[in-house]
Amino acid sequence: MARLADMVFILVVVLDLVLLASSRLKVAIRTVAGQGALLALLPVLLVTDEHDWGHVAALAAGALLVKGFAIPRMMLWAMREAAVSRELEPIVGFVPSMLLGAVGVLLSFVFAGALPLPGPEKHALLVPTALSTVWTGLLLVVSRRKAVAQVLGFLVLENGVFVFGVLISDFMPVMVEAGVLLDLFAAVFVMGIVIFHINREFSSLDTEKLSALKD
Amino acid sequence: MLLAAVQLIAFLALPPLLVGVVQRVKALFAGRAGPPLLQPYWDLARLLRKGTVYSRTTTEVFRAGPAVGLAAVVAAGLLMSFGGSPAAVSFGGDFVLFAGLLGLARFATALAALDTGSSFEGMGAAREVSFASLAEPALLLCLVVTARATGALSLSQMLGESLGGAWRSDGPALLLTAAALFVVALAENARIPVDDPSTHLELTMIHEVMVLDHSGPDLAFILYGAALKLFLFGALVVRLALGFHFPGPWTAFAAFLAAMLGFAAAVGAVESTMARLRMSRVPQLLVGASVLSGFALVLLLR
Repeated sequence: MARLADMVFILVVVLDLVLLASSRLKVAIRTVAGQGALLALLPVLLVTDEHDWGHVAALAAGALLVKGFAIPRMMLWAMREAAVSRELEPIVGFVPSMLLGAVGVLLSFVFAGALPLPGPEKHALLVPTALSTVWTGLLLVVSRRKAVAQVLGFLVLENGVFVFGVLISDFMPVMVEAGVLLDLFAAVFVMGIVIFHINREFSSLDTEKLSALKD
Repeated sequence: MLLAAVQLIAFLALPPLLVGVVQRVKALFAGRAGPPLLQPYWDLARLLRKGTVYSRTTTEVFRAGPAVGLAAVVAAGLLMSFGGSPAAVSFGGDFVLFAGLLGLARFATALAALDTGSSFEGMGAAREVSFASLAEPALLLCLVVTARATGALSLSQMLGESLGGAWRSDGPALLLTAAALFVVALAENARIPVDDPSTHLELTMIHEVMVLDHSGPDLAFILYGAALKLFLFGALVVRLALGFHFPGPWTAFAAFLAAMLGFAAAVGAVESTMARLRMSRVPQLLVGASVLSGFALVLLLR
């Protein structure tokens, strides 16, 4: 179990780096979906005897459905409906953003040991993975030009928060977790609507154009 | 002793077969019958029987290029351990020499290309060297990760028995390294996502440009050297990916040869299913390989 959890954490970080390097929107959406599905495995892999299995299974199934299927579906649908071009045009190039991501991963591994945790540590790789995923999400939100890609960044950020959530899921009642997932769902929904409005007003999803005045 | 001799002979004799397997896999993917598996040997034999043509602008540097390149790769092969048994030559820190010898081979080829005085070859040399400057850090990082995981400093020990122990404790990091090394192997051997070994289309080629002016035995040396290099990288990747311990050195060597066939098939499959990357995307791939191996190092140092 521990080895599998190792693999999952490492794969999540590798997927972060892949996301920073991917130039195709569809590939990026699929990668985020894959990362979400991997994260759904975490509660199951890190389970101990004192856990309530029903709670764990519900958390995993919820994450798998929402992160792995529902949201990517919506993103792909939004991409098709809004006729977003397949290529991402980042503000920061792919190589610099990958290097920035690598620096973030390095720093999160260095600093993870220094952070005080509220409870016992469940897995040595948990905190660094969460930190580097949050960092990747931030980078994606800041450095991508297309609204859809920025939503993807937000999703990755949320994935990072979810990893932290696994850490403290012992104290976290089901309702809070459901709330997080619902929040996310609503946020993506709102963003979908915003994307459509941007698309209709400006006939482009380039958020840089929003800074220009329009009469 | 016998095993070492057999391994050395295998290293010198089998690489063209590896190239043949890659070609056969590509042909299968394309639905063709493909050339015979031994075709690379016949090609080498044909080239060795031919005479050479030297341009009047070239100097001794051009003539020395193929020989130095081949000698450097063979010397690098002496340091390499095939399938986990000790190499012919080994000392602490020889993995740096290994990378250096591969660099020397490239340097000789690039210098010979520049010596022809053709702007076309100069362009090829410039491309090759600029991509190599990204591939070499990745290769060295991969080797450093292996050295760190096994606690050994010579290739024989790094890829030998201690790798099995390292695999038990740091398996994921070593797998990441093997993946990064596979990317480096594709780039270093001018394989498809980076370069196309079968095309001579001037706009896209990198490595092939540099060897256009060589003919006869010189070209045979270059082709043979390229095959040896593919074999060396394959040996590294295969050993890292299948790090576990085998009972007895002979079974280990047999498993190694079988895995090399798998490596050739994987290279062929990648070549058939992927398109060449745009030139501007190649650095990204290589930086990605460096980042992967760097991440593996972070995992080990944690």
